[in-house]
Amino acid sequence: MREPKLYWEDFEPGAVTVYGPRLVTREEIVAFAAEFDPQPMHLDEAAASQTLLGGLGASGWHVCCLLMRMICDGFVLESASMGAPGVEEVCWLKPLRPGTQIRVRGTVLDKRASNSRPEMGFVKYRFEVLDETDEPITTLATTLMLSRRVPGAAA
Amino acid sequence: MKFFEDIRVGDFTALGRYTFGADDIKTFAQRFDPQRFHVDEEEAVRSHFGALCASGWHTAAMWMRFVAEHRRREVEAAQTRGEPTAAHGPALGFRDLKWLKPVYAGDTIDYGVEVIETRVSNSRPGSGLVTTLATGTNQNGDRVISFVSTVFVQRRPDTP
Repeated sequence: MREPKLYWEDFEPGAVTVYGPRLVTREEIVAFAAEFDPQPMHLDEAAASQTLLGGLGASGWHVCCLLMRMICDGFVLESASMGAPGVEEVCWLKPLRPGTQIRVRGTVLDKRASNSRPEMGFVKYRFEVLDETDEPITTLATTLMLSRRVPGAAA
Repeated sequence: MKFFEDIRVGDFTALGRYTFGADDIKTFAQRFDPQRFHVDEEEAVRSHFGALCASGWHTAAMWMRFVAEHRRREVEAAQTRGEPTAAHGPALGFRDLKWLKPVYAGDTIDYGVEVIETRVSNSRPGSGLVTTLATGTNQNGDRVISFVSTVFVQRRPDTP
Protein backbone atom coordinates (compact mmCIF):
# COMPACT_ATOMS: atom_id res chain seq x y z
CA MET A 1 0.00 0.00 0.00
CA ARG A 2 1.03 3.62 -0.39
CA GLU A 3 2.40 5.38 2.65
CA PRO A 4 -0.49 7.44 4.09
CA LYS A 5 -0.03 11.20 4.14
CA LEU A 6 -2.36 11.83 7.07
CA TYR A 7 -2.18 10.19 10.46
CA TRP A 8 -4.21 10.80 13.63
CA GLU A 9 -1.66 13.43 14.71
CA ASP A 10 -2.44 15.56 11.63
CA PHE A 11 -6.09 16.29 12.52
CA GLU A 12 -6.66 19.52 14.45
CA PRO A 13 -9.90 20.30 16.31
CA GLY A 14 -11.54 23.35 14.75
CA ALA A 15 -10.18 22.68 11.25
CA VAL A 16 -12.81 23.19 8.51
CA THR A 17 -12.41 21.83 4.97
CA VAL A 18 -14.83 21.89 2.02
CA TYR A 19 -14.88 19.08 -0.56
CA GLY A 20 -16.49 19.00 -4.01
CA PRO A 21 -18.46 20.26 -5.84
CA ARG A 22 -20.17 17.25 -7.31
CA LEU A 23 -23.20 17.30 -9.60
CA VAL A 24 -25.88 14.78 -8.62
CA THR A 25 -27.90 13.61 -11.63
CA ARG A 26 -31.42 12.24 -11.89
CA GLU A 27 -30.00 9.05 -13.40
CA GLU A 28 -27.81 8.26 -10.41
CA ILE A 29 -30.59 9.11 -7.92
CA VAL A 30 -32.94 6.66 -9.64
CA ALA A 31 -30.22 4.01 -10.09
CA PHE A 32 -29.29 4.06 -6.39
CA ALA A 33 -32.95 3.93 -5.36
CA ALA A 34 -33.74 1.06 -7.71
CA GLU A 35 -30.98 -0.94 -6.07
CA PHE A 36 -31.22 0.07 -2.41
CA ASP A 37 -34.33 2.15 -1.66
CA PRO A 38 -37.05 1.38 -4.21
CA GLN A 39 -39.76 3.75 -2.98
CA PRO A 40 -41.84 6.05 -5.22
CA MET A 41 -40.33 9.34 -3.99
CA HIS A 42 -36.87 8.24 -5.16
CA LEU A 43 -37.83 6.58 -8.46
CA ASP A 44 -40.41 8.52 -10.44
CA GLU A 45 -41.32 12.21 -10.69
CA ALA A 46 -45.08 11.71 -11.02
CA ALA A 47 -45.29 9.30 -8.09
CA ALA A 48 -42.86 11.43 -6.05
CA SER A 49 -45.02 14.53 -6.44
CA GLN A 50 -47.79 12.69 -4.53
CA THR A 51 -45.51 11.94 -1.56
CA LEU A 52 -44.40 14.02 1.42
CA LEU A 53 -41.15 14.73 -0.44
CA GLY A 54 -43.17 16.75 -2.97
CA GLY A 55 -41.05 15.64 -5.92
CA LEU A 56 -38.19 13.35 -6.84
CA GLY A 57 -35.42 13.34 -4.24
CA ALA A 58 -32.45 11.11 -3.47
CA SER A 59 -32.64 8.38 -0.85
CA GLY A 60 -31.16 9.62 2.40
CA TRP A 61 -28.86 6.61 2.27
CA HIS A 62 -27.68 7.76 -1.14
CA VAL A 63 -26.78 11.15 0.36
CA CYS A 64 -24.73 9.36 3.05
CA CYS A 65 -22.98 7.28 0.39
CA LEU A 66 -22.20 10.37 -1.71
CA LEU A 67 -20.79 12.05 1.37
CA MET A 68 -18.61 8.99 2.03
CA ARG A 69 -17.27 9.04 -1.54
CA MET A 70 -16.56 12.77 -1.41
CA ILE A 71 -14.60 12.51 1.84
CA CYS A 72 -12.77 9.44 0.49
CA ASP A 73 -11.60 11.54 -2.47
CA GLY A 74 -11.09 14.52 -0.18
CA PHE A 75 -8.84 12.96 2.47
CA VAL A 76 -9.77 9.48 3.67
CA LEU A 77 -7.95 7.58 0.90
CA GLU A 78 -4.67 9.39 1.64
CA SER A 79 -5.08 8.92 5.38
CA ALA A 80 -4.20 6.04 7.69
CA SER A 81 -7.93 5.32 8.04
CA MET A 82 -8.98 2.33 10.12
CA GLY A 83 -12.68 2.79 9.40
CA ALA A 84 -15.31 4.03 11.80
CA PRO A 85 -17.15 2.34 14.68
CA GLY A 86 -20.39 4.05 13.68
CA VAL A 87 -22.27 7.29 13.18
CA GLU A 88 -23.63 9.24 16.12
CA GLU A 89 -26.37 11.03 14.20
CA VAL A 90 -27.60 11.78 10.69
CA CYS A 91 -30.22 14.47 10.01
CA TRP A 92 -31.92 14.51 6.63
CA LEU A 93 -32.91 18.18 6.63
CA LYS A 94 -33.91 18.84 3.01
CA PRO A 95 -34.47 16.68 -0.06
CA LEU A 96 -31.53 16.30 -2.45
CA ARG A 97 -33.04 17.13 -5.85
CA PRO A 98 -31.71 16.06 -9.25
CA GLY A 99 -29.24 18.53 -10.76
CA THR A 100 -27.93 19.86 -7.44
CA GLN A 101 -24.21 20.64 -7.11
CA ILE A 102 -23.32 19.43 -3.64
CA ARG A 103 -20.28 20.12 -1.50
CA VAL A 104 -19.29 18.61 1.82
CA ARG A 105 -18.03 20.72 4.71
CA GLY A 106 -16.08 18.78 7.31
CA THR A 107 -15.34 20.20 10.77
CA VAL A 108 -13.02 18.45 13.22
CA LEU A 109 -14.81 18.62 16.57
CA ASP A 110 -12.49 16.65 18.83
CA LYS A 111 -9.77 14.02 18.94
CA ARG A 112 -8.47 11.57 21.50
CA ALA A 113 -6.04 8.69 21.72
CA SER A 114 -7.41 5.19 22.18
CA ASN A 115 -6.90 3.88 25.70
CA SER A 116 -6.98 0.23 24.68
CA ARG A 117 -5.11 0.44 21.35
CA PRO A 118 -1.91 2.54 21.45
CA GLU A 119 -1.56 2.38 17.65
CA MET A 120 -4.89 4.14 17.11
CA GLY A 121 -6.73 7.39 17.78
CA PHE A 122 -10.22 8.79 17.29
CA VAL A 123 -11.21 11.97 15.39
CA LYS A 124 -14.73 13.26 15.85
CA TYR A 125 -16.19 15.06 12.82
CA ARG A 126 -19.29 16.92 11.82
CA PHE A 127 -19.96 16.70 8.08
CA GLU A 128 -22.55 18.79 6.26
CA VAL A 129 -23.77 18.15 2.71
CA LEU A 130 -24.46 21.62 1.27
CA ASP A 131 -26.45 22.75 -1.75
CA GLU A 132 -25.43 25.63 -4.07
CA THR A 133 -26.73 28.20 -1.57
CA ASP A 134 -24.73 26.69 1.32
CA GLU A 135 -27.87 25.34 2.95
CA PRO A 136 -27.32 21.99 4.64
CA ILE A 137 -29.20 19.09 3.04
CA THR A 138 -27.86 16.52 5.47
CA THR A 139 -25.65 16.64 8.55
CA LEU A 140 -23.68 13.68 9.88
CA ALA A 141 -21.69 13.31 13.10
CA THR A 142 -19.19 10.47 13.23
CA THR A 143 -15.96 9.38 14.84
CA LEU A 144 -13.19 8.14 12.55
CA MET A 145 -10.45 5.74 13.62
CA LEU A 146 -6.94 6.50 12.38
CA SER A 147 -3.51 5.00 12.86
CA ARG A 148 -1.03 7.06 14.84
CA ARG A 149 2.27 8.03 13.26
CA VAL A 150 3.96 7.37 16.59
CA PRO A 151 2.05 4.64 18.46
CA GLY A 152 1.56 5.23 22.14
CA ALA A 153 3.27 8.62 22.25
CA ALA A 154 1.70 11.24 24.50
CA ALA A 155 -1.11 12.98 22.64
CA MET B 1 -48.63 -0.32 6.00
CA LYS B 2 -49.87 -0.39 9.58
CA PHE B 3 -51.52 2.55 11.28
CA PHE B 4 -49.98 4.00 14.43
CA GLU B 5 -52.59 2.37 16.67
CA ASP B 6 -51.66 -1.09 15.37
CA ILE B 7 -47.97 -0.77 16.26
CA ARG B 8 -46.72 -2.00 19.66
CA VAL B 9 -43.42 -1.67 21.47
CA GLY B 10 -41.63 -4.99 21.07
CA ASP B 11 -43.02 -5.73 17.61
CA PHE B 12 -40.19 -7.39 15.64
CA THR B 13 -40.12 -7.90 11.89
CA ALA B 14 -37.66 -10.27 10.24
CA LEU B 15 -36.93 -8.50 6.96
CA GLY B 16 -34.82 -11.01 5.07
CA ARG B 17 -31.37 -12.46 4.61
CA TYR B 18 -28.52 -11.45 2.33
CA THR B 19 -25.10 -12.97 1.56
CA PHE B 20 -22.37 -10.46 0.72
CA GLY B 21 -20.21 -11.76 -2.14
CA ALA B 22 -16.68 -10.48 -2.75
CA ASP B 23 -17.55 -8.94 -6.13
CA ASP B 24 -20.66 -7.34 -4.68
CA ILE B 25 -18.61 -5.81 -1.82
CA LYS B 26 -15.99 -4.45 -4.24
CA THR B 27 -18.54 -3.07 -6.72
CA PHE B 28 -20.33 -1.08 -4.03
CA ALA B 29 -17.07 0.14 -2.48
CA GLN B 30 -15.65 1.28 -5.82
CA ARG B 31 -18.69 3.55 -6.17
CA PHE B 32 -18.98 4.93 -2.65
CA ASP B 33 -16.21 3.87 -0.27
CA PRO B 34 -13.05 2.78 -2.11
CA GLN B 35 -10.89 2.26 0.97
CA ARG B 36 -8.28 -0.46 0.42
CA PHE B 37 -9.89 -2.99 2.78
CA HIS B 38 -13.19 -2.79 0.83
CA VAL B 39 -11.81 -3.04 -2.74
CA ASP B 40 -8.71 -5.26 -2.70
CA GLU B 41 -8.36 -8.70 -1.08
CA GLU B 42 -4.58 -8.54 -0.70
CA GLU B 43 -4.59 -5.08 0.83
CA ALA B 44 -7.44 -6.17 3.11
CA VAL B 45 -5.37 -9.11 4.41
CA ARG B 46 -2.63 -6.66 5.41
CA SER B 47 -5.12 -4.27 7.06
CA HIS B 48 -6.37 -4.52 10.64
CA PHE B 49 -9.56 -6.16 9.29
CA GLY B 50 -7.56 -9.15 8.05
CA ALA B 51 -9.78 -9.89 5.04
CA LEU B 52 -12.03 -8.17 2.50
CA CYS B 53 -15.06 -6.66 4.23
CA ALA B 54 -18.08 -4.61 3.16
CA SER B 55 -18.36 -0.86 3.53
CA GLY B 56 -20.57 -0.11 6.50
CA TRP B 57 -22.73 1.95 4.15
CA HIS B 58 -23.26 -1.16 2.04
CA THR B 59 -24.44 -3.08 5.11
CA ALA B 60 -26.81 -0.21 5.95
CA ALA B 61 -28.11 0.27 2.39
CA MET B 62 -29.06 -3.41 2.17
CA TRP B 63 -31.18 -2.97 5.31
CA MET B 64 -33.03 -0.14 3.55
CA ARG B 65 -33.64 -2.33 0.52
CA PHE B 66 -35.25 -5.00 2.66
CA VAL B 67 -37.42 -2.40 4.42
CA ALA B 68 -38.58 -0.95 1.10
CA GLU B 69 -39.46 -4.41 -0.18
CA HIS B 70 -41.28 -5.23 3.06
CA ARG B 71 -43.33 -2.01 2.82
CA ARG B 72 -44.26 -2.76 -0.79
CA ARG B 73 -45.46 -6.26 0.16
CA GLU B 74 -47.51 -4.86 3.05
CA VAL B 75 -49.19 -2.28 0.80
CA GLU B 76 -49.96 -4.88 -1.86
CA ALA B 77 -51.39 -7.29 0.71
CA ALA B 78 -53.63 -4.58 2.18
CA GLN B 79 -54.82 -3.56 -1.26
CA THR B 80 -55.66 -7.19 -2.04
CA ARG B 81 -57.77 -7.30 1.12
CA GLY B 82 -59.36 -3.96 0.23
CA GLU B 83 -57.98 -2.32 3.39
CA PRO B 84 -56.53 1.18 3.69
CA THR B 85 -52.82 1.64 4.37
CA ALA B 86 -51.18 4.23 6.58
CA ALA B 87 -48.76 6.86 5.32
CA HIS B 88 -45.25 6.46 6.77
CA GLY B 89 -42.40 8.93 6.84
CA PRO B 90 -40.59 10.95 5.96
CA ALA B 91 -37.66 9.67 7.98
CA LEU B 92 -35.81 12.61 9.48
CA GLY B 93 -32.58 10.72 9.96
CA PHE B 94 -31.15 8.17 12.35
CA ARG B 95 -28.83 7.96 15.34
CA ASP B 96 -26.52 5.61 17.22
CA LEU B 97 -25.51 3.69 14.11
CA LYS B 98 -23.01 1.05 15.23
CA TRP B 99 -20.90 -1.07 12.93
CA LEU B 100 -20.30 -3.70 15.59
CA LYS B 101 -18.32 -6.26 13.57
CA PRO B 102 -16.95 -6.37 10.03
CA VAL B 103 -19.11 -8.00 7.34
CA TYR B 104 -16.65 -10.25 5.50
CA ALA B 105 -17.05 -11.67 2.00
CA GLY B 106 -19.31 -14.70 2.30
CA ASP B 107 -21.08 -13.54 5.46
CA THR B 108 -24.87 -13.88 5.53
CA ILE B 109 -26.76 -11.15 7.34
CA ASP B 110 -30.28 -11.45 8.75
CA TYR B 111 -31.94 -8.04 8.81
CA GLY B 112 -34.63 -7.03 11.23
CA VAL B 113 -36.42 -4.10 12.83
CA GLU B 114 -37.91 -3.80 16.31
CA VAL B 115 -40.27 -1.14 17.69
CA ILE B 116 -38.74 0.41 20.83
CA GLU B 117 -40.97 3.45 21.44
CA THR B 118 -44.30 4.89 20.26
CA ARG B 119 -45.80 8.27 21.07
CA VAL B 120 -48.39 10.65 19.68
CA SER B 121 -46.95 13.60 17.77
CA ASN B 122 -47.57 17.05 19.24
CA SER B 123 -46.63 18.81 16.02
CA ARG B 124 -48.74 16.60 13.75
CA PRO B 125 -51.97 15.54 15.50
CA GLY B 126 -52.80 13.11 12.70
CA SER B 127 -49.58 11.20 13.19
CA GLY B 128 -47.69 9.21 15.76
CA LEU B 129 -43.95 8.84 16.14
CA VAL B 130 -42.54 5.35 16.00
CA THR B 131 -38.94 4.72 17.05
CA THR B 132 -37.30 1.52 15.85
CA LEU B 133 -34.04 -0.35 16.31
CA ALA B 134 -32.69 -1.66 13.02
CA THR B 135 -30.48 -4.73 13.23
CA GLY B 136 -28.29 -7.00 11.14
CA THR B 137 -26.97 -10.29 12.52
CA ASN B 138 -24.43 -12.61 10.91
CA GLN B 139 -24.49 -16.40 10.51
CA ASN B 140 -22.71 -16.82 13.86
CA GLY B 141 -25.41 -14.92 15.70
CA ASP B 142 -23.23 -11.83 16.15
CA ARG B 143 -24.86 -8.47 15.61
CA VAL B 144 -22.95 -6.53 12.92
CA ILE B 145 -25.03 -3.35 12.63
CA SER B 146 -27.69 -1.48 14.56
CA PHE B 147 -29.18 1.99 14.50
CA VAL B 148 -32.17 3.89 15.86
CA SER B 149 -34.60 5.88 13.75
CA THR B 150 -37.91 7.66 14.25
CA VAL B 151 -40.63 8.09 11.61
CA PHE B 152 -44.07 9.66 11.47
CA VAL B 153 -46.85 7.08 11.07
CA GLN B 154 -50.43 8.04 10.23
CA ARG B 155 -53.08 7.50 12.93
CA ARG B 156 -56.35 5.77 12.13
CA PRO B 157 -58.66 8.40 10.69
CA ASP B 158 -61.44 7.36 13.15
CA THR B 159 -59.21 7.87 16.22
CA PRO B 160 -60.52 10.66 18.49
